[in-house]
Amino acid sequence: MATTTATPLDTKAEAKAAKKKEPKPSFNERWLDKKGWIRRFPLLPALVFTIILTQIPFVATIIISFMNWEAQNPTEIAFGTLDNYVQVFTDPALRSSVFFTIVLTVTVVLVSLALGLGISLLLNRKFFGRGAVRTMMITPFLIVPVAAALLWKHAIYNPVYGLLNGLLTLVGAEAQPDWITEFPRLAIEVQLIWYWTPFMTLILLAGLQSRPGDILEAANVDGASAWQTFRFITMPHMRRYLELGGLLGSIYVIQTFDTVFVMTAGSLGTANLPFTVYETLYSAQNYGLASAQGVVVVIFSIAIATFLLRTVSTLFEES
Amino acid sequence: MTSALAPAPSKLAAERKKSSERGRRLGSRGGNIAAGIAAWAIGILFVFPVFFMVLTSLHSEVNASTNPPSFFAPLTLDGYREFFGASSGASPWPPLINSATASIISTILVILLAIPAAYALSVKPIKKWTDAMFFFLSTKMLPAVAGLLPLYIIARYLGLLDNINYLLILYTAMNLPIAVWMMRSFLADIPVELFEAAAIDGAGLIRTLRSIIVPIISPGIAATALICFIFAWNELLLANTLTSVIAGTAPVFLTSFVTSQGLFLAKVCAAATIVSLPVIIAGFAAQDKLVQGLSLGAVK
Repeated sequence: MATTTATPLDTKAEAKAAKKKEPKPSFNERWLDKKGWIRRFPLLPALVFTIILTQIPFVATIIISFMNWEAQNPTEIAFGTLDNYVQVFTDPALRSSVFFTIVLTVTVVLVSLALGLGISLLLNRKFFGRGAVRTMMITPFLIVPVAAALLWKHAIYNPVYGLLNGLLTLVGAEAQPDWITEFPRLAIEVQLIWYWTPFMTLILLAGLQSRPGDILEAANVDGASAWQTFRFITMPHMRRYLELGGLLGSIYVIQTFDTVFVMTAGSLGTANLPFTVYETLYSAQNYGLASAQGVVVVIFSIAIATFLLRTVSTLFEES
Repeated sequence: MTSALAPAPSKLAAERKKSSERGRRLGSRGGNIAAGIAAWAIGILFVFPVFFMVLTSLHSEVNASTNPPSFFAPLTLDGYREFFGASSGASPWPPLINSATASIISTILVILLAIPAAYALSVKPIKKWTDAMFFFLSTKMLPAVAGLLPLYIIARYLGLLDNINYLLILYTAMNLPIAVWMMRSFLADIPVELFEAAAIDGAGLIRTLRSIIVPIISPGIAATALICFIFAWNELLLANTLTSVIAGTAPVFLTSFVTSQGLFLAKVCAAATIVSLPVIIAGFAAQDKLVQGLSLGAVK
């Protein structure tokens, strides 16, 4: 860090050129350099804090996932077993929770992304009360998730006095289905789509509004039809926003716990991985198995995160 | 313009152009009206469950549990009275205060840690600052269940179970990456000349932070704080695992709120409304910056 003379907000190219000119400082020079530490110092509290509270527990989770550790049998704690992982993938209940986690994430993200795109295209036009509709669209996202799950479970899905069956009575329909019992997975998915569509709409609307105005105007002057403008200007521009919304949404939806916990408590085949981890830890007190399940969730997340990081970094370099 | 040279055909062309333009404008106005109607319908559909929640919370238990729903039943505050323990005697204040403590203090800690960090990542960036940024982002992708068990075991052996301070430290770690990303995007917008002028006048780090950065980015700080507050207030998994009677937060309280005895819909709707109220207020206050926060500063 002997080369701190460069001005801070240099462009990348300049920084690279400067790097080439300077002789490379030795390891000691770099680490003992005072100016470098003055620069690093403001970052350190946040960095150390984050490492201690996120990385160390995760490493511990990995270690425990290879352990035979049940709270009820403290004498039989042992290290060096793959049993937990074997169990995650062979136990039918656990396999079902792995499967439902994938189905839930994919369904909720894709549907709310498609709805979000349609709604953001509508909201991007000029009409009476656009601000009011935008506000109405955001509102579901501002209900505390537990409260939203309670609301849907009792006030909307309830077979006796819920809103859905009430509306069925109003239109004179005979059917009074017990929504959560008959369609447990769908009930959870619909509730989550209701919650996440506003999120997608907001991100996609921001993307639509960042379309370069001069190009849209040029397309209009050249007589491009609405479809052509959408197909050749809007969609290529929106691609990264769709990716961003989809990936961020996946990261959040894969962690869904509140809705499952409140609505079905994991029964009727709706236990997803975060709920299963909680239950294995809390009710079964099987620490080794809970850790292995946690590691599996992380592996899924890393697969999504790799793509997300790439998308964010392209948006990031642009700004 | 060209009409002076060749009047007849161009006039025609001009007229045709005019009419086609008018047609297009009319068409797009018609399109806007159709889009407006569709948007209103969808907006109402999405907001209706929330409206129904508030309406039900203001009905009596008997009127709240009818089929078909009694939309026009007389309004009453009984649901709210019940929520505040009118007949059960169970006060919702301890969990609400726990939630407020965990959310507000963790938000303050997050901001105090994030501003200097963002400074070191944008104003006077360290080398490899992008690596540091992506390290923070990657921790956000680590699901809470990844560290849940060790955090539980540590708490169990150190006697930190059911302790609100432990929870608020974890919330700080949970929100710090978002805050660092948001703060950096706000700091990067400040013109460099300001910092140069401050440096020439001999201002140190603390002085620069206090006199230049904080005043300029205070709207950004407010938005970041509101979003961190929302995430902390909403959190259930950690709270449910690590707290119970003493340090239980409002979401934990909500999950145990429903009893199977008698009618309870108005009471539940009142509870859901009250617990959501801080988030609704914070969300609308941060509305303009909400997208930026939710996308970790990637979308402006």
